Amino acid sequence: MTNASHEVAKGPHHASGAAPSALSAYSLVKRFPGVLANNSVDFDVLPGEVHTLLGENGAGKSTLAAMLCGLYQPDSGHITRNGERIALSSPRAGLQHGIAMVHQHFRLVERFTVAENVILGSRDLSYKLNRSELEDKVAAVAESYGLPIDPGATVADLSVGQRQRVEIVKALYQGAEILLLDEPTAVLVPAEVEKLFENVHAMTQAGKSIVFISHKLGEVVEISDRVTVLRNGRVTGHVSGRGTTDTKELARLMVGRDIELTTQRASHATGHEILQIRDLSLTVGGVSVLSDISFNVHAGEMVGIAGVAGNGQRELADTIAGLISPTSGSIAISGSMTTDRGPIHARELGLAYVPEDRLGMGLVPSMSILDNLLLTRDRRVVVDRTTVRPEATRLIEQFEIKANGPDHMARKLSGGNAQKVLLARELSGGRTATKLLVVCSPTRGLDVGAIETVRALLDDARSAGQAILLISEDLDEVMSLSDRIFVLYRGSVVHETPGESAELATVGAAMAGLTPEDKS
Amino acid sequence: MNGNIWVLTSADSVAIATTLILAALGALFTERAGVLNLGIEGILLTSAISSFLVADSSGSIWLGLIVGSLVGALLAGIHAVLSVVLRANQIVAGLALVIFGTGLANFLGKPAEGKTVTTLIKPLSFGPLSDIPFVGPIVFRQDPITYASIVIAVLASLYLFRSRPGLELRATGDDPATVDAQGLSVASIRLRYTLFGGLLVGLGGSWLMLAQSAAWHQAATTNGVGWIALALVVFAGWRPIRLIFGAILFGFTLQLPFTLQAEQITFIPSALMQMLPYLATLIALIALSRPSTRSKLGAPKSLGIPFVRDER
Repeated sequence: MTNASHEVAKGPHHASGAAPSALSAYSLVKRFPGVLANNSVDFDVLPGEVHTLLGENGAGKSTLAAMLCGLYQPDSGHITRNGERIALSSPRAGLQHGIAMVHQHFRLVERFTVAENVILGSRDLSYKLNRSELEDKVAAVAESYGLPIDPGATVADLSVGQRQRVEIVKALYQGAEILLLDEPTAVLVPAEVEKLFENVHAMTQAGKSIVFISHKLGEVVEISDRVTVLRNGRVTGHVSGRGTTDTKELARLMVGRDIELTTQRASHATGHEILQIRDLSLTVGGVSVLSDISFNVHAGEMVGIAGVAGNGQRELADTIAGLISPTSGSIAISGSMTTDRGPIHARELGLAYVPEDRLGMGLVPSMSILDNLLLTRDRRVVVDRTTVRPEATRLIEQFEIKANGPDHMARKLSGGNAQKVLLARELSGGRTATKLLVVCSPTRGLDVGAIETVRALLDDARSAGQAILLISEDLDEVMSLSDRIFVLYRGSVVHETPGESAELATVGAAMAGLTPEDKS
Repeated sequence: MNGNIWVLTSADSVAIATTLILAALGALFTERAGVLNLGIEGILLTSAISSFLVADSSGSIWLGLIVGSLVGALLAGIHAVLSVVLRANQIVAGLALVIFGTGLANFLGKPAEGKTVTTLIKPLSFGPLSDIPFVGPIVFRQDPITYASIVIAVLASLYLFRSRPGLELRATGDDPATVDAQGLSVASIRLRYTLFGGLLVGLGGSWLMLAQSAAWHQAATTNGVGWIALALVVFAGWRPIRLIFGAILFGFTLQLPFTLQAEQITFIPSALMQMLPYLATLIALIALSRPSTRSKLGAPKSLGIPFVRDER
């Protein structure tokens, strides 16, 4: 089935001939204030096919998907289902036409059981609910697509991968023929991604159409029958053929130029120990968040912390930054103890911290770039903007920040530019030259171009002899940048490996909590 | 035997519990939909005086109950418009409703001062059943609204946990975005249950007036029962069945000081006893205002948070 689609169609205009497409969009246009999100986009998906929408953040993939499922209405253009023109006025109308979206942020009620979540909103149910009968029905639907799930389980107790399965079962239960999966792998560990791909395969075998939305090139090539690349709201290319596609070509279509996202490691020998962590433990409200963590980071070295979100990464970073006092253990920067001495002391010893929450913890959104910069500069009573202004201007230029100048408000910056401002402030050092940089998910939510810049900045900082602790949920990022990798699982380091010999499978297994064979 | 002061106290506790059950059920439905209505006290007062005026001028207590309930829904409608349609801060809107309701009730009550309702809601009599020792006065000598309030609470529990619209209601309070994604209207669900909640509170206020008070004494008519009802929802963990028992317990502590005084029992100061329900209310309201404790108590997750569909 999947091979058959190769010969057909490069665009919707061709599809009208032989095999009728399950869903087609013709010259869709969607404007938002100040942005042309979709500019005359054509798209179609055949029954039993995986058609991927590839593009950077802000390229218009999500907008297109939102129009295909009825969440947004196009300003112009039209949509057909099995060749017939349809109007999708709401997500409910989409569902009635068998189109369902699996959102990146799951739409599940955590306190409800799986079955309750699946049936929520179904209109054909009787007034009175019969719990066991419904659970049997849900289990039957799940099993027919090889999606094992316990319908009586409470969603709050499920893993992310399982929750995603519930979302898919929900769509199938509601009779979806076309499933739009919005960045489905973003939250999964490698083993779960494999499982998801098996499920996708089972669904296409059963004749369902899958619209797969992603910006991860590797998996796109693996799963897709066809790929449509979007950039700045326009279709920049159609590529068909599973596994035959060149990722470099896709990347070029996506970004509009050649990009280099290759591995970068320390080019020279690393220096003395900058960060020393000994037996660090943290207990919050009787729950152990971090337990017995010990490691060092040397000058000119980047140490990566991998792990699924919520396994203690945030607490580890906050503890090193002096924002949280550990329950036991010690932290030293350049040989001086910083335990229990607060964030200002740590910063005076040369710590720079780029927290995960850029506009919440990193920057003050309502203040200008200049004032945000001032936060880590002089701590006198009277604010002296005139001396810092030239530096702000210089940093904006040096870091290629797209802003109107030092007085540009932080809130009005795009995600990538806000991150650059934060990095500019932290890397350039405050009262003390930066010796240790702690960065959390530095490229989350950024487009490929900005990711490239941010990674290069980190690499430069490393070459300049700064010690870097990179905490990220993006496994590819940790794998491609770090000199040494630690895997954090439930607050413990469960795996340690040098960056160059790290294996995706082993690190991935450790992230999922499967016991790795070596712990050296 | 049935004249024993403790039997009478218990019987009165069940009776007092009626207002608490109705007002707390009203708050429970509202909160299950994710709307926090702190204005219960104001609604109780305004519907109490409305029912008094209608019953007094028409001579029909039933008409008084109906109008009082509708006034409750009307006032809750103000809160619904402010918090659901205009997405105002629900705590501020609720407190404003208390002030507005109290003022309105005192204004409407001017001509009613000193008057009494001629016809009160009468307790039912079940013949010999009502004369059973202990059980008789407590279980079989209450008025129809008291029985109705308990039936409503039981039905509410079945509705919430065993019906399709109940499932949608609970989902709206927990996770409105999910409900929205299913094509259901969050705003419509929230408006409906806020109004329905107001109707129940209004019924509670009218009953308090027409069955318990007989005369209008301004704010002393409710005496903070609206606040206790809010606390009761918290202690009941947003579950109607637990709420029945909680209401009777609170009713007992409200009634106890009078009994102690009548019995000349002085080793517990009656002022201290009088304070207890309000102290419990204070604790519950503090718990309710802290998001972390709130979720531990089992509150609807998006209680008090206006719903905005996240457009890009």
